[in-house]
Amino acid sequence: MSKHEHKDCHHLLSSLSDYVDGALEEQLCQEIERHVSGCEDCRIVIDTLEKTIYLYHTSAASEPPGVPEDVKERLFKRLDLEDFLPKAS
Amino acid sequence: MNTIETPEEFDLTALQAGDRAEFAQLIETYSGQVYRLALKMLQNPQDAEDILQETFIKAYKALPEFEGRSSLSTWLYRIATNEALMFLRKKQPVQVSVDEPLENDEGDERPRQIVDWCCLPENELMSTEARAYLDLSIQELPESLRAVFLLRDIEGLSTRETAEVLNISEAAAKTRLSRARFQLRELLSAYYAERLPSTAYANAGK
Repeated sequence: MSKHEHKDCHHLLSSLSDYVDGALEEQLCQEIERHVSGCEDCRIVIDTLEKTIYLYHTSAASEPPGVPEDVKERLFKRLDLEDFLPKAS
Repeated sequence: MNTIETPEEFDLTALQAGDRAEFAQLIETYSGQVYRLALKMLQNPQDAEDILQETFIKAYKALPEFEGRSSLSTWLYRIATNEALMFLRKKQPVQVSVDEPLENDEGDERPRQIVDWCCLPENELMSTEARAYLDLSIQELPESLRAVFLLRDIEGLSTRETAEVLNISEAAAKTRLSRARFQLRELLSAYYAERLPSTAYANAGK
């Protein structure tokens, strides 16, 4: 790994979350990309940060929000709304 | 990410007048999101059910005062998140409040694990065991970070909506999200590094 100032890494860390969201201004993005091209550690941090977020997004997308039937039934009962429970249950 | 695509086509006047059919529709639309948030926040189905019920009981009572400054879904998330945080606080009275300033032990973004595990195959990254570990890792986050992470990265709310739900600034929501993501990255790195083929680990290791 090439020698470089690691203080730059710490300076950039707080911007990385915005960076992976694509919510960072152009100039800072370029600064990060320039830095990462010479810093393997930071590249790994960015890649694994992106992957971490991706895994949570994927796992959330694969289990869409829903309420188990019995939980829903008790909720409607608790609110005195049994007559509005979907007929299927 | 799951963005909230449900159009808010509720008759607010009817809801505020106590229209039961309209309220039942509100529950149909949003109970899934409220339940998932509570479940991921507390990791206990019984506790999550309690939060779900309390949220809609409180919402029913508070609807007449709802001013429409936020969307109904943001408002419901707000009630649910407050209920969940209050529940956690009662259970662990020493925990910090969500309103506390950031200068506490919420951690920082300094990376410790530098291992490239991105090359692991998808079926390994998303195995049943790995998914359980993802959920478990969320529990390791301090509550204030956990709430922000769940709202942003699991429920798919925007930074502005998340800030509204938690009654914090957008800057604070961003900072907390960043810290949460970095902490989860650490936990996942430790977990997946052990699953790397030993040669890859040795090469990537630090």
